[in-house]
Order: sequence, then structure tokens, then C-alpha cells
Amino acid sequence: MTTKLFGEPVRRREDDRLITGRGRYLDDLGEGALAAAFVRSPHAHARILDIDVSDAIDVEGLVAIYTWEDLPGALAEPLPLLIPHPALTHGRTAYPLAREIVRHVGEPVVMVVARDRYLAEDACALIRVDYEILKPVVGIEEAVRGVHLVHEDVPGNVGAHLVQEVAGPGGVTAREAIDAAPHTLEFRLDIERSACTPLEGKGVYARWDADDESLRVYSSTQTSTSVRMAIAAKLGLPLPKVEVIAPDVGGGFGVKIVHPWPEEVLVPWAARLLGREVKWTEDRREHFVSSSHERGQVQHVRAGFDDEGRVLGLDVEILHDHGAYTPYGIIVPIITSTQLLGPYKVGAYRVEFSSIYTNTVQVTPYRGAGRPQGVYCMERTMDRIAAHLGRDRTEVRAANFIQPDEFPYDQGLTFQDGRPLIYDSGDYPEALRLLKELIGWDSFPEERARAAAEGRRIGIGVGCYVEGTGVGPYEGGHVQVTSDGRVHVSTGLTSQGQGHETVFAQIAATELGVPIEKVSVVTGDTRRFGYAVGTFASRAAVMSGNAIALACRKVREKALRIAAEALEADPRDLEITDGMVHVAGVPSASIPLATVAVLSNPLRYAFDEEARRATQFAASGSDDRPPVAEGEEPGLEGRDYYSPIRSTFAAGMHAAIVETDPDTAEIRILRYAVVHDCGRLINPMIVEGQIHGGVAQGVGGALYEKMAYDEHGQLLNASFMDFLMPYATEVPHIETAHLETPSPLNPLGIKGAGEAGVIPVSAVIASAVEDAEGITITRMPISPSDLYALRQDR
Amino acid sequence: MKPPPFDYHGPVTLGEALDVLAEAGPGGKVLAGGQSLIPLLNMRLAAPAHIVDVNRVPGLDGIEAGPEGVRVGALARHAAVERSPGAAAALPLLRQALRLVAHPVIRNRGTVVGSLVHADPAAEMPAVLALLGGSVRLASRDGEREVPAAEFFTGPMESALRPGELALSAFFPALPPRSGTAFYEVARRHGDYAVAGVAAAVTLDEDLRVAAARVACVSVGPVPVVVDVTSACGPGPAAAAGWEAVAGAVQDRVDPEGDIHATAEYRRHLTGVLAARALRDAALAARGEES
Ligand SMILES: Cc1cc2nc3c(=O)[nH]c(=O)nc-3n(C[C@H](O)[C@H](O)[C@H](O)COP(=O)(O)OP(=O)(O)OC[C@H]3O[C@@H](n4cnc5c(N)ncnc54)[C@H](O)[C@@H]3O)c2cc1C
Repeated sequence: MTTKLFGEPVRRREDDRLITGRGRYLDDLGEGALAAAFVRSPHAHARILDIDVSDAIDVEGLVAIYTWEDLPGALAEPLPLLIPHPALTHGRTAYPLAREIVRHVGEPVVMVVARDRYLAEDACALIRVDYEILKPVVGIEEAVRGVHLVHEDVPGNVGAHLVQEVAGPGGVTAREAIDAAPHTLEFRLDIERSACTPLEGKGVYARWDADDESLRVYSSTQTSTSVRMAIAAKLGLPLPKVEVIAPDVGGGFGVKIVHPWPEEVLVPWAARLLGREVKWTEDRREHFVSSSHERGQVQHVRAGFDDEGRVLGLDVEILHDHGAYTPYGIIVPIITSTQLLGPYKVGAYRVEFSSIYTNTVQVTPYRGAGRPQGVYCMERTMDRIAAHLGRDRTEVRAANFIQPDEFPYDQGLTFQDGRPLIYDSGDYPEALRLLKELIGWDSFPEERARAAAEGRRIGIGVGCYVEGTGVGPYEGGHVQVTSDGRVHVSTGLTSQGQGHETVFAQIAATELGVPIEKVSVVTGDTRRFGYAVGTFASRAAVMSGNAIALACRKVREKALRIAAEALEADPRDLEITDGMVHVAGVPSASIPLATVAVLSNPLRYAFDEEARRATQFAASGSDDRPPVAEGEEPGLEGRDYYSPIRSTFAAGMHAAIVETDPDTAEIRILRYAVVHDCGRLINPMIVEGQIHGGVAQGVGGALYEKMAYDEHGQLLNASFMDFLMPYATEVPHIETAHLETPSPLNPLGIKGAGEAGVIPVSAVIASAVEDAEGITITRMPISPSDLYALRQDR
Repeated sequence: MKPPPFDYHGPVTLGEALDVLAEAGPGGKVLAGGQSLIPLLNMRLAAPAHIVDVNRVPGLDGIEAGPEGVRVGALARHAAVERSPGAAAALPLLRQALRLVAHPVIRNRGTVVGSLVHADPAAEMPAVLALLGGSVRLASRDGEREVPAAEFFTGPMESALRPGELALSAFFPALPPRSGTAFYEVARRHGDYAVAGVAAAVTLDEDLRVAAARVACVSVGPVPVVVDVTSACGPGPAAAAGWEAVAGAVQDRVDPEGDIHATAEYRRHLTGVLAARALRDAALAARGEES
């Protein structure tokens, strides 16, 4: 058996447990805990006049009812603005329970705790809240008119305004370059809201230990370490007295990186106050109206280009709808505006965004986090240029590519991590070549003609993106080899189904030379690892993967040192294979890693056979040295951190062939091809799985999903009946090819892969539908009804 | 999303079920497959004081197929009717329609009769019953009555069922010889309620001219919209009929509303497209040919 597992398509080790119903998700925990439920605002914008709980008091099993008035100290303050930015001049966050004003349907107003969730909801139904309805602000256009305000003290509903400008050759500005260009185009693009919609909503379960004065909280989160710090701060508890654990999490896709959610502080607070276990499990309707959405933008584009389609100047103005609050700052529009350029070098670039308040659910990153919008903008622009010049769409793209010998390539912008946007590596011409081959781009005209002869209408589309992945500041890994030879890996960031139990084990097994069966992985448990940032921005493999590798290298070095002493060999001559440390080429001169672990910890007491070998009278150490040498620690373990200077940039290109029904306007994806480059692959099967899931979500965003708000700010499709997440039947078979351009920035040469699949899908489908129909597509998603309307307007 | 409090009743005989329903009056609701009722309860869109679960009442799951037609009992699941060879032989339209109803897991529990009583204007089975001119047999402690489809569907999610009544069965009459049927719809996702859908039944005379042609349209009115297009088919042989023109007549008779999934215009357009397809294929089937 080989222990070289890095790069192998190892089957996901977590799946057996998860698909046989042995997963432990938030709602599987806390049997018998009290249940919390919330009265949420039915209005998009209103003043709370009175809250009457008198009828609810009689509900049998009711334990407590809380409103904002009941919240003490820091809990009564607005929730934190997690990522401040100088351009976010008017950042606003919500209170855990609404204070005076509600600003979107679904905002929590009253918390009820009862014996079970049924009774809690019965009590909620009996609580009467009197509201004075205020004018709701819905939709970007309405918001920028600024006639009615979401926050009284935010003029024009503008939370943030940011301009970034990169001059072209000779210091020419984008606008000058456009004005001087041989060709110019100007147009508007729209993209609608969607949402992460993980199958498991949020959830919090808190246990207060009165004897120990400590709190244990389970949360369905993407960042247990930060939830822990937020709870300690909001509840005034010493950090060591708070533990936060992310159990199995049924998807996150970004929404669970936001923290603390109101419930994440309210539920632990109530648990402590009541001295009882309290649990809240978000239901689907709550998730739609009180979590986060994303994507909604209006973009005004001006482009100047030459006869080859090379972009000489690009000027983009973005109106970004961030909903009622900005707890996550302006990360989304920053990413849109900086990642918009994709694999291209444009002559000069100007991007300006306004981030706008509306009386709708807040906007925070959803898988792709602003990139799908940016890519949509750039790729629509590329298609427009090609159409204008009558050139092949892939040729125009190729004419603008950054070339392989131009890396590192500085786009001249400031990225979401506050660092310069410098691409580390990539090979875009090769990726495009592979993609065209995979989808059969060059032979498509014949395919189209064949289809047309049968009365069928088909079209082909393409889209390219670059994704900054693995943003800092850091992650850590801890690796311990116990005296039974098992390897225990932990890292602070969390898992939501990505397959970390598998890939981190592959890394550890490869680095340490042990069978993967010996490796166990724990993530998102602050009892095991206290320092972490979280799982988002396609960063887990890059950040924790490298940190774990570095921690393993420390362990390996120590193991070799101890083994060398035991084997009376030079550590440089030693290798570890299948859990045995041995002299290279001399398998007989060996010692099991388990024994090395025993030797690493000099003991006083023997409690089993293994321990006996390490006790003071058995150990063979020399008498003139302390049992634990200076600079050493007992145990065979290592901890290390990985903190990159900047993000690493993955890339990919997608193409699709779609068929549109000439009569019914139904849109069907016939083929979907992906070329993907995330550097060195730890596990190609898991990367493909990530791509498939991403494309599935992308198909949702392109053809099915939207947040249907009416003019009153009511979300009309707050259920899976009307919010059309695609089923397996709507997701095409996905053909993938990998390209591996290692990142020079980290020891493993890897780049992130988690978000990739979703990023270009709306752009690709727009391109393909446009090609099939000969109608310019400027709004996504597109439904058959929309396509029918476009045909009528033609 | 938890239901408000209710009293649960699990009668084990028909008589007991009818007694419980009589006592519950307007506060009583029958629970059959629960595929529509349970979501309504969980979303607190319905708050009946009494739930009368009839799943333990014996003898209600019959599917009796004969030359006259198919009688489907209150507890016959969509899936059982879909798979019944007798039902398929007597009335191919049943299977054609049921394959469009939701997904297999929902069809395994949901009932045909429940779907009729639920009377969703987007549902397939009410359209089938209306197209065929079938009926629903209702029982109460005071006796039974048979209500024809045309009177049974009274509005969106409203039927002629009165408080205290249980729908015992539904009868789908067979079509004359040389008849064919088809059911086409457009749904946003596989298995979703249709944006628009058309069931068609065409009967030919001995000279293969159209003797009768009817369609029933879903999602374009408060109840299934049945349109008799026999006269629009003209006197010539069915094979030569201009189905697009006939479908135009259907389009003019529907009055759809727009919603978040589709505009009214698109629904009307689709109804025309689907009517033409369904009529053409129904006529082909009537001639014993596959589409
Ligand atoms: C995701 C999803 C998708 C669906 N898609 C479709 C679709 O595409 N097309 C479609 O037609 N349906 C669809 N349905 C609904 C499904 O067909 C239901 O099974 C059907 O509407 C109701 O049948 P039921 O037996 O489940 O009734 P229940 O949910 O038990 O009851 C529904 C209503 O009928 C009453 N009722 C039921 N049986 C009787 C009776 N014997 N006597 C008196 N009253 C009775 C109940 O009191 C209740 O008011 C879908 C359901 C789901 C959950």
C-alpha cells in the first residue's frame, strides 16, 4: 500500500456516515432542550408601536418571552459590522431584536422560549405587535431615487461609494481611452438576487454549565472560532469559558460565515439566564426572509476597443443592492469590481460602485461572492464586442488574455483582502484551447445546421473567470501522533460538506507516511483548535491544507529525531513508510511511529503496556540530560500556521450548448463543459464534486432562481415551492478537464476550488441563449416566460 | 413551520369516519396522502380544529377498471393508479396525466381523490376529470351523492365538498371507440405544477373524421377550463385538420393570470402551443398511431 495520497481520487471518508443517516446536524442534538422561536416582522418597513404578549402568556409550556427591552449591556447594541471599510461611510447593522424600527420582512422582533417548538410557535402566533407602516424602499431604482429612506440618517440610501481606477499606457484614463477608441459600446446589464439556500438552515443550541460557569454552544456556522469570540464579547464571558462547536453542517455557501446571527447570541443568552438548554432550528421560511441574499446588481458598461477586439478602456458603474443592513461590509461589490477583469488585461479600467440600502433581506457573500456578477459583466462585454466586430467570441477573448509569461500579473487594483490584486500564475490560452476541444467549438456551426434542419434551435456560449482564492489572514493546523500510532489532525475552520475529512487526511497521510485509515480530522471545534478565520472564499484547502502540511512537517522532523536516536542512525537517512520509521533502503532497521510517540513523552506512571516503555526506569535516555530536553515538549505533536502574503488566483472557462424551443421558449442545457485550473489537485474527485455543485447552483442562478419581491417588500416566493432551486433533473451532465498550474505562493502549490463552478454560469448561459436566439440578453436569470417576452419585442 | 394545535382522529371504519366528520363540522379536515394538507398546516395557512386521518379505513383504496370507466377510491395513491394495468387499458389518459403529477415520492403517498378535493387549478387530475365529464362520490352520515365534475370544481382550491362529507371515490368515464388522448404541459422544473398544460381527447368517426374533440386546460383559470373544439375541427379527415387554428380557438377561451413564474400572455401562448400538440397527438392515438 502506498502512503502517497496527495493527488489521488480518494473516496470521501465522510460520506458513509452522512449518507447512512449517521450525520449529527444541529437539530439532531439537544433532545429535550427548550425551543426558541421568533416573531418576525411581517412588514418591510415599519415602526413598532406596541408589543402585546398578554394572550401568549397563557400558552401551556411557555417559558419566556423577550423583546429588545429585555436585552442587557452589549446585547442591546447593534450587531457588529464585521468588515469595516473607509468607503462604507454609512454602515448599519441590525439589533439582535428589533429596536423601534423594522427594515425588512423577517426581521426578528420577539423571541419566545417554550417547552417545544410547536408551543413556541403557538405563543408567537398570539403575540400582537402594532406597527406604523413606513414607506418601503424596494428595488435598486427606487432606492437610488432616494425619495424614501431605509435608514433616516443615510441620505440617498447610499451606504458606500468606491471608485477604483487603473490608468492605461501613458497614464491615459479609462474614459479617455474609450473616447479615443476606434469602437465603443455602451449598455446596461441586470442580474437578480438569489441566495445560498443550504439544505440545512441555521441553528444554535446552547448549554450553560452553572457549576462551571461555562457555556457550550453548537452552531451551524462556517466559523466557530469567531462565533465564540462574538458570544464571549456580547455576553461578557471570559473566552476560556465559551466553547463553540460546528457539528455536521448541511451546507453553508457563505450565509453561515456571517456572525453572530441574532440567534447566535440570543439563544446562549437565554440558556444562561434560564439555566436550561435552549435550541433554535431555523425553518425554511425563516431562512428565506431572515438570512442573507446576494447577486442583485445593475451595471452600466462603457467599453472602447480596437479592430481585434482588444479592450482599450472599460468603464463600469455598478449599483449594488445590499438590502437593509451591512454586517459583512462591502466585500461583495469590492469583489465584483476587482474580479470583473478576469483573465484579461484591459488598457485602462475605471470602476465605480454604490452600495445601496433597500428594505429587503441583507446581502452577504454567496458562493462566488460578487464574482458571478463581475464575470457576467465582462463576458457579456466580450460577446458584445465580438458581435460588433463580427468576430468569433473566443478569438476576442484570446486577444485580451494575459499571457503565461506575464505572471505574476498586477491588475493594479486593491483586492478584498486589502492587498494588491496580483495574479500568481495561470495559462489562459491553454485553458481556452482545452475548452474549445472539449465542447467542439469549431465544429459547432455544422451541429447548429444539423439541428436547424430538424427544426431545432441551438446555441453555444462561453465564459471565462479568474478567482482570487485562499485569502488570509491565516489558518492553523495541529497534528498529534498518539501512542497507538493514530494521527489526530485538527484545524479551526469548519466544514459544510466540502470533504475536509478526506483531503486533510490525504495531506497528513502523505506528509507523515502513514496509512490514511490512521488519520482522523476534526474541524470547527474550538476545544481542539482556538485560532481560525473560517471557511469561505475557497480558502480551506489552501489555508488549512498548507497549515496542516507544515504542522505535519514539524511532527515528522521530531519523529525522525527521536527515531534516529533509537535506531542510532542519522535522521537524514530516515524515511517514514506505512507508519514505520526506517533507514532508507534498510526496512529491517525500523521503529513504528507509535513507539516514537511513546518515546516522545517520558512518563512516571505506567498504565498500560505501551506506557511502561516510556516510564523513568525504562527510558534509555542519558543521565546528564533532562528527560524533556531544552526546547522540546513532551508528545509527538506539532502546530503550525499558514499565512500567505496574498491570495492565489485560480481560473476556469466554461462552455454550454443550449436548446431553445421555438414554440414554448423552454431552455434546455444540452451540454456543459468545464476547464478548471486550481493548481495542484489534492483530490481530483472532490474538486470535480465541488465543480458539479457549483455549476448546479449556477444553473439555478441562470435559469431558475430569483427573489420575487413585490413593491411592498414582501417576498412572494419564500418557499422551495416557488423559489426554483434546480432539481437533479435540471442540472446537465458536466464534462470537466483539469489544468494544473501550481501556485508559487504556498508549499503545496494549490489554489482554491470551492466557489469556482458557480462563477461563470450566468454569463455562459446568457451567451448560449443569445447565440441560439439572436436576441441580445441583458438580464439574468432568464425564464421561458422572459424569453417569450423578448421574442415578442424583437 | 409547525402546525397550530388540532385534535387528531384515526377512525378505523367508514361509519366512524363519517361520525367524526359530522361532529367536527366545518372545523374538520380529512387527511389522505397529506401532500397538500401537511404543508398547509405547517405554514399555518390552514388551522382545522380536527384532523380526520382516513388512512386506516379499509376498503377505500380500490381501483375498479371496466368498459364503463375507472372508479378510483379515496385512498388509491397516484402511484397505484399510474401503475394499474386495468386503469391504463381503460383510460390511457390517467397514466399520461399522473406521470406529470409531482415526483414519484409524492405520488407514492398523494391520492387522486385528494387531488380532486384539493382542487388546485394547476393540478392535472381535476383537468382529467373535467375533460372526461367524470364525477366524485361524496358521503356523509346522512347519505351519499354523486357530483359531476362540472359542478364539483367551484373555484381555486374550492370544491363542492360540504363540511361533514368524505369523498369516497371518483369515476373517470371511458371514451368511445376510436378515441385518443394526450396531456402536455410546461413546468418550470421537472415535476412542478404546470405553468400551462392541456389535456386533449379526440374521438373519430368511422371515416376518421373528428366526431368529438375537447381539451381541458390547467393553470389558466380558477378551475380546469374545458373547451369543446369539435366544430372548429371542420368536416375533413382528422389527419388534415389544422390543429394550430383549432388551438387558436382554445387560446381565446382562457383567461390566465400572470404570476412570478409566467406572464398571462405567455400562459395564453403556451396554452395554444400545447393544445395544438395535444390535439394532434390525441387524434393520432385515436387512429391507433403513435405520435
Ligand atoms: C412538491 C410537491 C409537488 C406537487 N406537484 C403536483 C403537481 O405537479 N400536480 C398535482 O396535481 N399535484 C401536485 N402536488 C400535490 C399532490 O398531488 C397531492 O397529493 C394532492 O394535491 C393531494 O392529495 P393528498 O392525498 O396528498 O391530499 P391531502 O394533502 O391529504 O389533502 C388535500 C386536501 O384534500 C382534502 N381531502 C383529501 N382527501 C379527501 C377525501 N377523501 N375526502 C374529503 N376531503 C379530502 C383534505 O382535507 C385537504 O383539504 C404536489 C405536492 C408536492 C408536495
